[in-house]
Parts: sequence; structure tokens; C-alpha cells
Amino acid sequence: MSATSRAVSDPAAVRYTGIGASARRVRAILRRHAYLILKSPTRIVSMMYYPTVTMIVWAFLTLYLAPTNNFLKDAPGFFIGAVLLWDVLFRGQLGVSLTFIEEFYARNLGNLFVSPLTLPEYVVGQLAISVVRALIGVGGACLFAWLLFRFSIFSLGLPLVAFFVNLLVFGWGIGLAMSGAILRLGLSAEELAWAAIFILAPVSGVYYPISVLPSWLQPISLAVPSAHTFEGMRELLIRGIFRWDHFFAAAALNVVYLALGAAVFAWSMRDARRRGTLLQMGE
Amino acid sequence: MLKAAASAAIVVTDLSKSYGRVVAVDRVSFAVRGGTTTALLGGNGAGKTTTLSMLLGLLMPSAGRVTVLGAKMPDERHRVLPRMNFTSPYVDLPKRLTVAENLAVFADLYGLRRARERIDAVVADCDLGGFVKRPYGSLSAGQRTRVSLAKAVLNEPDVLLLDEPTASLDPDVGDRMRTYLERYQRRTGCTMLLASHHMGEVERMCDDVIMLRAGVVVDQGSPRELIERYGRGNMEEVFLDVARGRADVGLAGSAAEGIVQ
Repeated sequence: MSATSRAVSDPAAVRYTGIGASARRVRAILRRHAYLILKSPTRIVSMMYYPTVTMIVWAFLTLYLAPTNNFLKDAPGFFIGAVLLWDVLFRGQLGVSLTFIEEFYARNLGNLFVSPLTLPEYVVGQLAISVVRALIGVGGACLFAWLLFRFSIFSLGLPLVAFFVNLLVFGWGIGLAMSGAILRLGLSAEELAWAAIFILAPVSGVYYPISVLPSWLQPISLAVPSAHTFEGMRELLIRGIFRWDHFFAAAALNVVYLALGAAVFAWSMRDARRRGTLLQMGE
Repeated sequence: MLKAAASAAIVVTDLSKSYGRVVAVDRVSFAVRGGTTTALLGGNGAGKTTTLSMLLGLLMPSAGRVTVLGAKMPDERHRVLPRMNFTSPYVDLPKRLTVAENLAVFADLYGLRRARERIDAVVADCDLGGFVKRPYGSLSAGQRTRVSLAKAVLNEPDVLLLDEPTASLDPDVGDRMRTYLERYQRRTGCTMLLASHHMGEVERMCDDVIMLRAGVVVDQGSPRELIERYGRGNMEEVFLDVARGRADVGLAGSAAEGIVQ
């Protein structure tokens, strides 16, 4: 081994302040997980597998019911659209939580947080990875929906972007809160990352309007951004109108949930620095 | 004010860390002179890793102060972390990423502009060329240790904290690592703080030694001074005296004064 190299000693060779430096650190997180995802066909297939299989089941159910059901005759993409959008929420949340769990398993948190990386930069990296995961997972299912059933999610038009963003951001809020829970409770809380979102499914009204819920449950449902998004999706598919009230309600609620999720994660990180767990975490 | 504090890269004052009723580090004070190598010695559970974690800002002290290169830790850590780095057996790198990929990620994290050039340099310096394209998880313990060291010097840190850096290495590779670190320090003027159980390494590499027992600094000085003070033949014997509580020689005085320059 020799020690003859000299590249960094020149101050111009290092840049660690400013937006450009922050962007590079975010890119580092993105790059670390992109290496992991893109080199593993198994991972990519597993991301697409669940949404695709679920979509196929609901599509066949639609085919079975449509001849005797006027509602499904008028809106044949109702269930398929719901499945695909639900998966945007699921992938958004899972993308954030799994990115963090990967660092746990790798025992890499200590290395990351003695580097110049800040917590907000790390979070932005998590969010970026969740977009990639959502696009791969849902994108694959969308492709099969078109190939097998000639249903294009893009038939929803521009409102699709609004639905996608609102569901993704809600997933981020939950994902950050789950990351905080895992940091506080350890990997025994990993199951939470997989299961947390499903407790919201009944009140999100993915496949039915929230008016069918018991009256005491409806206010709870209206406090969940995904319920507004799926109500909006149904209005668009059935009546052809985009409900701005639902859109703004979902967006406003998302601001609250994202702030809460980020606060839980930041608190857990401070707690981990107090308890000394950043160096001890791993399998 | 500690005697060495004026020219010190690291100043630790009355540093304590408690977990409930367990006191891991108890009012520790010391200073590490810039450009030198200092050993932090002590048995298992003496508080070495806890102290290093507080120096890195990974752990918040219960009381006391730490400054590294003039920055207060952990509050001002983002001002100084770009100029620091570390290796520790308590952390690892992502196992499915290759060595080159891991180094590329950390080059981005540390904001290296000529990243490719610097990665090539540390790959050559740490002799990683034979396995740079292999996944980190497929490497032997010794190879992984070398990769961790390469990560630790990637940003040419001004302060390098090394927690048992040669623990899993055979004597040949261990010796080459020590030689590399010595040359690296001569070239860059880096300050090193080393926690080690390898007393030969300490005698060879370290200008100063801080001895911990049960979270308390029980003695400090140069290896030569300590060997003379305890009337022993080498640091191994001094370590055993301290670890087994046989060290009643000159404990309080030197510990309170900081490292004598």
C-alpha cells in the first residue's frame, strides 16, 4: 500500500456547501439504491408482481360482472384504476420505509450519518427512491393492464397526475413515520412497514364510495387524503368531472400528514443520537 | 484550559454519557494535538467506542463539551464532518454493492469533484484492485477492513477516528495498513485518534495514549512515558496493569493535565 495520491487536498476538489453539494448527497442516496434495484431483475419483478396479479384478479372480476351490471358497463376501468392507484400509495409508503430498512440491514446508518449528509437530504433521497419504486411497480402493472385488458390508466387524463401525486405524498408521510418507528423499536417493527398501509384501506374507499361506511366512520374517512383521492377518481370515471374540492382537501391533509411523518422521523433520529443506537443497529 | 488545547484538533472537556443509571463515560477530559496519532486504550466496555461516537456527533453527551477542529459537537457537526471520517467494526457497507459502487456513493456524499481520480487513487493505495468489481459482501474480513479504510480516507480527512482498524487483519496486511496510515499522516498532516487492542500498533504509531477504565481517564502520556512510569517493558504490560486495576502509579496528576506536549 502506498500513500502517494493527492487529489482531495486541493480545496477546489471538495465541495460540501450549497445547493449543488446537497443535490450530490441526495444523488448519492439515489445512486446507492438504484445500484441495488437496477442490478437485480428479481427485485424489479417482485415490485411489479403484486400490483400486476391484483390488477388481473380485479380485471377478471370486472369481466365477469360487467354483462349484468350497468355501472361496470359504463365504467369498465373502475376496479383496475382503483387497484393501480392504491398501489401508488402502497409503493410510495413502502419505498420510503424499505430504503431505510436497507440501511438497517447493511449496518450503514453510522457511515451515512458521520458523512456530511443531513437528515433532510436523506429524506429527499428516500422520497426520490420511492418515486422510482412506484413507477417501476405501478408502471409494470399499467403495461399489463393495457396489454391484457386494453385498459389505459392514462385515459384518466391530466387528473391522473393529481391522483398520483396526492397518493404518493400520503404514502411518504406514512413511510417517514414508519421509518421513525423502526428507528425507535428496531427491526422487530419491520412488519409495520409492510402492514401499516392496509389499516387505511377500509376508510380510503378504494373500491366503494365512503357513503357506504357507517356514519360514525365517515368523518374518519374524510380525514384521510386517500379517501378524497378515490372519491375524486370515481367522480371522474362515472360522471366525467374532476372534483377540485376533493383535490384540495387531499392536498391540505397531505401537508399535515407529511409534516407529522417528518416530525416523527426527526424525533426518532434525535432519540437515536441520545440512546446511541445509530452504531448498534443491524440484523 | 488544557495545556494542549491551544493547538489541539480535538478537545474534550468533562465529557459524560449515562444510560439510565449506567455511566458509560464519566467526566472525561483530554486533548489531541493536531497532526499526531493518539491512542484511546481500555478494556472492553471501558468507554472507547462511546467516546468516539460522541466525537463524531453520532451520540449526544449527557454532559461536557467536545470540539473538533473548532466546531462544537454535535451541534456544529455539519461544519466539520466533511473534514472527518472513521472506521468502526460496528458499521458496515452495503453488501450487494461492489467496492467501486460503494466508493462512488461515498465520493458523492463527501462532495469530491474529481471522484473518479480519487477513487482510483485509494483503490491503488489500499490495494483493492483485485476485487474492486466484486460485491462488498463477498469479500473476506481482511478485504472488507481494507475497503472500510479506503472509505475512511476517501475525502482525505483532517481528523480520522479509527476504532480497531486492524482487528481482523493477518500480521502482513495489518503491517501494510499501519504503514499506509503512517505515510498518509505524514503526507496530509491528519490527526488520528485510534482505539485499539493491539499494543504493538500503539507503540509503533501513537504519539500519545489516553487510558480509560470504566469510563474514566486513568492515565495519559506518550507510550515511552507510560512504560517508564509503570516500570514495565512494553505497552501490553502497562495495559494489563491498568485494566486489572494495578495502576496506582501517577494516575490523577497526568490525567487532569491533558497530554503533555
